Amino acid sequence: MEKTVKILKKPITATLIAIFCGFLVATVILAASGYNPFEAFGALLGGIFGRPKYVSNVIIKSTPIILTGVSVAFAYKMGLFNIGAEGQFIVGAVAANVVGIVCDFPAIIEVPLVLFVGAAAGALYGGIAGWLKAKYNINEVIVGIMLNWMALYFSNFVCNIERFHKPDSDGTYAINESGFISFFTNWKTTEAAAEFVQEHPIIGDILRTDANAGILIAIALTFAVSFLLYKTTKGYELRAVGSNRDAAEFAGINVGKNMVQTMLIAGALSGIAAAIFIAGNNPHGISQLSAFESNGLNGLSVAFIAGGSPIGCIFAGLLFGGLLYGGQSIQYVVGAPSEIISILIGTIVFLIALKDMVPVIVDKMGKRGVK
Amino acid sequence: MEVRKDYAVQMHDITIRFGSYTALDQVRLDVKKGSIHAVLGENGAGKTTLMNILYGLYQANEGDIYLYGEKVDMKNPNVAIAHGIGMVHQHFMLVDNFTVTQNIILGHETTKPGGVVDLKKAREEVMGIVKKYGLEVDPDAYISDISVGMQQRVEILKALYRGVDILILDEPTAVLTPQEINDLIDIMHKLVDDGKTIIIITHKLKEIKASADYCSIIRRGKYIDTVEVAKVSQEELADMMVGHRVKLVVDKEEAKPKDVVFEVKGLTAKDNRGVYVLKNLSMQVRRGEIFGIAGIDGNGQKELVEAITNLIKVESGTIRINGKNIENKTTRETMDSGIATIHEDRQKRGLVLDFSVEDNAVLDTFMKDPFSRKSILNRKEIRKFASGLLKDYDVRPDSCEELAIRGLSGGNQQKVIIGREIANNPDLLIAVQPTRGLDVGAIEYVHKMLVRERDKGKAVLLISLELDEVMNVSDTIGVIYDGAIRCTFKQGEVDEKTIGLIMAGGTLDGKNS
Repeated sequence: MEKTVKILKKPITATLIAIFCGFLVATVILAASGYNPFEAFGALLGGIFGRPKYVSNVIIKSTPIILTGVSVAFAYKMGLFNIGAEGQFIVGAVAANVVGIVCDFPAIIEVPLVLFVGAAAGALYGGIAGWLKAKYNINEVIVGIMLNWMALYFSNFVCNIERFHKPDSDGTYAINESGFISFFTNWKTTEAAAEFVQEHPIIGDILRTDANAGILIAIALTFAVSFLLYKTTKGYELRAVGSNRDAAEFAGINVGKNMVQTMLIAGALSGIAAAIFIAGNNPHGISQLSAFESNGLNGLSVAFIAGGSPIGCIFAGLLFGGLLYGGQSIQYVVGAPSEIISILIGTIVFLIALKDMVPVIVDKMGKRGVK
Repeated sequence: MEVRKDYAVQMHDITIRFGSYTALDQVRLDVKKGSIHAVLGENGAGKTTLMNILYGLYQANEGDIYLYGEKVDMKNPNVAIAHGIGMVHQHFMLVDNFTVTQNIILGHETTKPGGVVDLKKAREEVMGIVKKYGLEVDPDAYISDISVGMQQRVEILKALYRGVDILILDEPTAVLTPQEINDLIDIMHKLVDDGKTIIIITHKLKEIKASADYCSIIRRGKYIDTVEVAKVSQEELADMMVGHRVKLVVDKEEAKPKDVVFEVKGLTAKDNRGVYVLKNLSMQVRRGEIFGIAGIDGNGQKELVEAITNLIKVESGTIRINGKNIENKTTRETMDSGIATIHEDRQKRGLVLDFSVEDNAVLDTFMKDPFSRKSILNRKEIRKFASGLLKDYDVRPDSCEELAIRGLSGGNQQKVIIGREIANNPDLLIAVQPTRGLDVGAIEYVHKMLVRERDKGKAVLLISLELDEVMNVSDTIGVIYDGAIRCTFKQGEVDEKTIGLIMAGGTLDGKNS
């Protein structure tokens, strides 16, 4: 009994229970609407793991939300709710796109430049929210939401500037190819490649997607953030401010400065997520937005599912990406609306919000067990 | 005393325990109808607890409450309110962005048909009460725009609007200016003339003399006496409040004070409400002495520490350590110039409870060599330091470096803080309420540490609300009242009674300042 209680009290257990219950709820809803839930989940799994191409697409889909998730988790460690990740992502995409079109350097300069500019734009955008909070104590959530909308319309404005607008489309020109981080961009179209692909169908299948180096950058950055948080003085400071602002202040830590720095870093993470997206995926540009694409907002859910752990965001991001991508096959295999995935994700997030109840319930169970 | 109809409140043999701690032990209170009755006692004596029982916020373990001779079961504040009891808390409960009228009627709104609040009628009713008792306030002003004294009137009006007969005022003068205090006393007299009964909780002798008819004294949860105020002197009241206690012996040799290392001159500062709380405060602390500050809570102790550690702005005056001015610098600079502080409220200000013990051990030094180099934390050095500290200060449980400090007992948490601050090797060690909430063993230990620092030739500034502690541990005692150090004595030069009197606003020759 004691051992069970111990296992049940681990945070990961509560998360897994929440995910499981999310599926249970989805099962009930699917069954109630007259679909075979097992068939639907079979389709979901097939849509994720059925072909190498699908796996590759899931990873591609997950890359930006892993990073925006890390961005949110990072800010949350210091007690800030970075709902502005969406806006930071959008301005990051715009900046990376513009610079990628205007500048044409060799790849060794172009790629870092595009990524850096995206990160810088996101950082600046996040920094505004951090500065307003530190200086005037304006709620970062309100500021974040407003900045998100400003970013959306700014993005549409840039989209329509003649220099960047691609004729007969609703988007911009692609960035110069030297800025691409997709794997084997040029080689893909050669005859040698065609031959190679015939012999290696699995790799060929993956190459048919936008497979790119983004995931590697995302994982590297996630580990870097984790290092920053737990191994450096800066991380120590901002975790101290996050868990007890008074004590931090009394110990001589400058709270305001830490807030701005945290939001700069969080913004940079969302911004670079966008730059990776532009550099890695077709059409390598931005398009007219009528609503948020939710790359930043999904980061909130990812960070939440990950329990605020940056490394956890890698797994949560992959789960989220998998559900989003694989969920589409529920629609065309079983015919059930793909909104079922939104319900599934919503339930998981909702239950994770309640996960603090698990240890309490377990405690009671434990006590009853002893008696 | 027997139960009588002409007594508004009678509380007989009230006992309340919080866990194993008995907060009130067989306390009595008999309040005559139409009188102003003061409840006097030091901080922590149990005054507010007693009133919370009367108001139904706490339930006594033993004892009975009678109102006008009838036994009442005060099981919650609604019962108290229904019986016409109103309480004005020390910290006001007002909605800042509502007007005076809106605040007064909140919860008891007069409505027109359809549930619409009839503000016009409410305003008239409020004005009626305002005129009757001379409680001048602007009914249309917003709470955020009016003074603290005005806010208190709104609280009193709120109670009157609800038709109270018995009004409890908890430390009503703590936040008021002298003029506002006089106004309040006038208002109290008017209310009593109208047949209301007032119970005022305070530790200010002067105000008791100026306003109350009777006074009940509580000391350390025990009932001492009830006296007719006109028949006793302030000194007698002070004596009853402070009492003669068993001394906690602090084992130490005579101090050998050396040169002045820390000096405050003419310090003036406002608190976060914008009220002057430090008024031209001056003091000196020498190497090799413990300078204790005695005083009643709220006389500027908190702000003095915050001014020294640069958490609030100094308006005028200087703070010097080792001849270097540190006023209006940063907290970091204060520390770096040789001041270490054991803050009051260790859980809120001294520790990050979610952090491990070892992380807390370096809370104000983590950015320094050897705990970090080039911004990278050196876990090995932190562990080495923490383990040494835990061993030196005998922190239990053993090997708790990685545990969250939340799980340690208060005494052990305090040991970590003391060890951490002493390790900074400061020239001045400030200890604010260092033994609050600790058991006798831990208290002794903390005192021993302070004496040890003194003997190492450090200056120690001890600020405590426990007069015993200040008198036993300090070599020099400064008495703080109303934002300034009023008198300074050597240990043993004067008795507790005298200090108690000055703490309450008296002067050495017995006159009121």
